[in-house]
Amino acid sequence: MADTPKGILTSPIFANNPIALQILGICSALAVTTNLSTAVVMGVAVSLVTAFSSMFISMIRAHIPNSIRIIVQMTIIASLVIVVDQLLKAFAYETSKQLSVFVGLIITNCIVMGRAEAYAMKNGPTMSFIDGIGNGLGYTVVLLFVGFIRELFGSGSLFGIQLLEKVNDGGWYLPNGMMLLPPSAFFIIAGFIWLIRTYQPAQNESAEFKICPNTQAKEAV
Amino acid sequence: MSSSNDSIKKTLTVALLLCIVCSVIVSGAAVALKSQQAANKDLDRKTNILAAAGLLEPGKSVDELFAQIKPRVIDLNTGEYTTEVNANSYDQLKAAKDPAMSKALSNSEDIAGIKRREQFATVYLVEKEGKLDRIILPVRGYGLWSTLHGFLALESDANTVIGLGFYQHAETPGLGGEVDNPKWKALWPGKKVFAEGSMNPELHVIKGSVDPASAGAEYKVDGLSGATLTSRGVSNLVQYWVGSEGFGPYLSKIRKEGV
Repeated sequence: MADTPKGILTSPIFANNPIALQILGICSALAVTTNLSTAVVMGVAVSLVTAFSSMFISMIRAHIPNSIRIIVQMTIIASLVIVVDQLLKAFAYETSKQLSVFVGLIITNCIVMGRAEAYAMKNGPTMSFIDGIGNGLGYTVVLLFVGFIRELFGSGSLFGIQLLEKVNDGGWYLPNGMMLLPPSAFFIIAGFIWLIRTYQPAQNESAEFKICPNTQAKEAV
Repeated sequence: MSSSNDSIKKTLTVALLLCIVCSVIVSGAAVALKSQQAANKDLDRKTNILAAAGLLEPGKSVDELFAQIKPRVIDLNTGEYTTEVNANSYDQLKAAKDPAMSKALSNSEDIAGIKRREQFATVYLVEKEGKLDRIILPVRGYGLWSTLHGFLALESDANTVIGLGFYQHAETPGLGGEVDNPKWKALWPGKKVFAEGSMNPELHVIKGSVDPASAGAEYKVDGLSGATLTSRGVSNLVQYWVGSEGFGPYLSKIRKEGV
């Protein structure tokens, strides 16, 4: 990983993606990706929360007692999430209704906590802020990728604009209902990870064990 | 990290300071944004009421359109208008949870799956040239996963449906979520709620589609394919709220004597 601000900002997008490589924050990626507009808002919200919580935690990192550091991090993260939730309710009411409980659940998003613990506790405020934005972007990229596929095939639209006319509305396109249900996000995220690892073989993990050849006797034909 | 950070004194100081700073920020945001949030909620509610009554016109301000709607509170037990609570500030859903303002329903009564029913309900009346034109009733009931909240709009005969719309539910997208589909909602207008000459709720959602030529087609609405339980839930909640436990007494009064 490069240590320049630019490297820290861009490396989490593909090279060190929080969802694809660090496998953090998958739960919310399943829930808010049925359409692109909620995915965008969620991505922005998580980016801001990660960036600011990392920054604040980094600012007081020299004074955080080790014994209560997780609680301190959680308090800061939770406060920021509540502020974001209140802002959404005031200025983007429709979206906040769709996101409903998942805004509050940013608190439990592993990315925020993970970056605070892994990066902000050891680095300065500016770099921590950039790191937070970078990881938020990495998260957003995955959300957009998943949201694009799910909305296009699940409801035939993008950002709520109908592109494929649905059979129910007198068109030709029969929506794939599974795309609107959470399991489809698993498949799409897996596909995304596969794509990334094909282009960046360095991310492939070596197998933890070797599978023995089949020693069972073959049945006579 | 220096070990002095881990002394009891330092730990308590950091915890206390952090709590104070965070609580000030959080409560500051909540207080500063409260009026904006309340305005959003109000606008949302008004939009839903207008949409159910088919009064929503693009390009016109919701507040302006809502001016023609008059909220009135009625006592569900008697069907009479009441002034015991203020129609503009009364929160019906909150009252439904308050044991002093609601009653628990027995299993046989509770076909809509709402558990408790409030004593007072807000109805929204649209008047044209001094005469009652539309009645909008708040309805709710359990579908497959969630309680569906919506409005049912009736014509002044308290029998013909103008529209049914839900503003809050969490049914399966693409299946039960099709309750929001404009094409399905378009099936409701013109349907009749009560059987000829009686106050028994007759309107229901059937399985499959309705043959317009069949007897009683005006009491039947197509079911949503692949969403049997949501369709049944919608059917039950409509029956409950127009029935004797819901707005039945009020509607029968309107049919007899007008407003």
